[in-house]
Amino acid sequence: MEHIEGHAVVDTSAPPVEPARLVEDFTPALIDVGEHGLCPGCGEPIAMRSAVEAIAELEVIQRTIAVFGIGCYTAFSNNLDVEVMQALHGRAPSLATGAKRAKPDTVVFTVQGDGDMVNEGLQEVLHAAARGERITCIMLNNGVFGETGGHMTSTTVLGQRTKNTLDGRDAEAHGFPILLSNLVAQLEGAAYVARGAVNNAGNVARTKKMLLRAFESQVAGEGFSFVEILTMCPTGWFVDTQEAPGYLSEHLGSVHGVGVLKDRAAERVAS
Amino acid sequence: MTVTSEPRASRRLLEGSEAIAEAMIAAGCRFFAGYPMTPFTEVLEHMAAKLPAVGGVCMNAESELEAVGMAWGAAATGTYAATGSTGQGLSLMQESLAEISFARVPLVVLNMARAQGDYYQATRGGGHGDYRHLVFAPMDVAEAVELSQLAFHLTARWRNPVLLFGDYYLAHTTQSVAVDPIDFGPVPAPEWALDGSTGGTGRARLVSPLGGGKRRDDVGYDLSEHYRDCAAATEEMLDTVEPLVDTGFVDDAEVVVVAFGTPGRYIRAAVRSLRDDGAKVGWVRPISLVPFPSEAVAGAARGARAVAVYENNQGQMIDDVRLAVLGACPVRFIGGLSLDHSGFGIAPDLDVAVLRERIAAVLRDAKER
Amino acid sequence: MTAEVLTRGTVVIDVEACKGCDLCIDACPPRVLVMTEHLVNTRGYRYPLLLAGCTGCRACAQICPDFVFQVYKYETPLSLALPEPAETGQPTA
Repeated sequence: MEHIEGHAVVDTSAPPVEPARLVEDFTPALIDVGEHGLCPGCGEPIAMRSAVEAIAELEVIQRTIAVFGIGCYTAFSNNLDVEVMQALHGRAPSLATGAKRAKPDTVVFTVQGDGDMVNEGLQEVLHAAARGERITCIMLNNGVFGETGGHMTSTTVLGQRTKNTLDGRDAEAHGFPILLSNLVAQLEGAAYVARGAVNNAGNVARTKKMLLRAFESQVAGEGFSFVEILTMCPTGWFVDTQEAPGYLSEHLGSVHGVGVLKDRAAERVAS
Repeated sequence: MTVTSEPRASRRLLEGSEAIAEAMIAAGCRFFAGYPMTPFTEVLEHMAAKLPAVGGVCMNAESELEAVGMAWGAAATGTYAATGSTGQGLSLMQESLAEISFARVPLVVLNMARAQGDYYQATRGGGHGDYRHLVFAPMDVAEAVELSQLAFHLTARWRNPVLLFGDYYLAHTTQSVAVDPIDFGPVPAPEWALDGSTGGTGRARLVSPLGGGKRRDDVGYDLSEHYRDCAAATEEMLDTVEPLVDTGFVDDAEVVVVAFGTPGRYIRAAVRSLRDDGAKVGWVRPISLVPFPSEAVAGAARGARAVAVYENNQGQMIDDVRLAVLGACPVRFIGGLSLDHSGFGIAPDLDVAVLRERIAAVLRDAKER
Repeated sequence: MTAEVLTRGTVVIDVEACKGCDLCIDACPPRVLVMTEHLVNTRGYRYPLLLAGCTGCRACAQICPDFVFQVYKYETPLSLALPEPAETGQPTA
């Protein structure tokens, strides 16, 4: 150990010399390159990590197809050791439907942002859910269109300051946010609907469980599965990276409530 | 391409929509998605009835946007897929049709059009960016049966969407046809297609309108390189695919009439009728609209006094005719909007007597000059 | 008498990958990560330093958006002796 800036620190420049086992590598096996241009403190890579770890844990990688929407997270569409079909803004659920119907033995999931899914693509996700399409849709919800610079979406909460609602979203002028998980849960075809978050380690772990459960639901043929993940966007929220996790709980989490909204398998066990 | 006339046991009386559906299935189509809209609706009905029996899937999409999306997703797995609509529905699909071209995904698209005002949409592409679709316009049910199958062959060969330009008449006319599978030759196996199997191997496949390159360092997608590759592939396709055309009496024609689709049948009849009276007229009927049979048109125009263009719109294909003729002789428009109150192209013009007179007028005028 | 801290795990930190977002600091349950104050990597970002007492719980790796951490768990927990302050008079953490 040595002193750096007044702290007694451990050498972290190389693996330990004492006998130790590696419990977590830099990147999960299914992410090709760790470096990306997403902002410091962005929650999307955290969610991507959880998603691919869930796929790896279920051992379904050799029959998995991911369908990406368009947003900051699109940076991962050509950076995964997962087969990927790139869709247009809002259109991932229809592509996922075609892929799954053509190849019913595959595990098909979408990765879309809130702007992609709830603005441009609202009808696509609702129709897929209503049909009970055996796909898993994942929404990375940060309440803004991140890639274009942080603009209001259909999930932006009242009072939230964005690039085109600089005085905060106002119900009179801009209407109210859509709580998509709540809408989807009402549809008969939806078998598993959950909303998680990645603003602290506990939530990351709980979200990972939701993702596992959603994929299991698909594999079991229960119907449409859906995981919404609240992610930090300090840039879009005009806050420092350390403040973003708190901002997420206080502003987004208070409206888009975290938890499991529907679990058909659990209902069956309970009844 | 001619309609075969030998009697065959496999001939049946089939409405165009049904014949096209059977032809697509004979060609290997196993996924179809569509939204009802006149006069495309019956194709969807027939695919919904026939596909499950051959282990295929027909989706009743909730919108045209979702229909083309579903077809894209299925096609990206290597499944032979198709979608369609009429002009308005195709308008809705344009962003996806453009991006499917950049994703190099094979797809057959039907436009059961209302009249012929969709020529620009079909041949110039109503979407954004530099892409081209191969376009074929059958004049009758028998041709549609062959062209539907050719479409699947060409889209798989070139990994580029192919459009079949039909219309109300084609959809609802009953004709005696044999829907026999046609072998157009081998196409490369779809090694690019997705089925999950390359996941986790270090070489997971990617089907993307942004390019096929995976990130290996600081560089993500290179759109400049990708669009150039797409342009090169399009150029090769257009240079290699032979234009399809049907010509009649062009060797000594003083007036050559150019028409496509259902009107092409009527023009052929009008020209034959005028020939019976000794008039030196002929026809050039483009069957492929892309690639346009410019050489055939140019060749026919070389010895003619005038070229007449008939189309059921305000003049769209005439642009391509003028480009092919390149001033060799005058090009006269004898078409126009010819509809009934439904707007579906129940055309008063499609009457041999009417068309005869229009062609004869061009001939008279050409001789006077 | 030097302090000793039971340490069950350790991390390798890819300093150059870090974008200084601070998420790992609050995520660490035993609070053994601290951000540098003045030291920065070649891109100009501050980065985390590891104190004694890591449990190898992987929370830092799970929360980090930039894949900065590699986490190890010792076969046998170590008892790390905190060094005396340096001659310049810097206090121990």
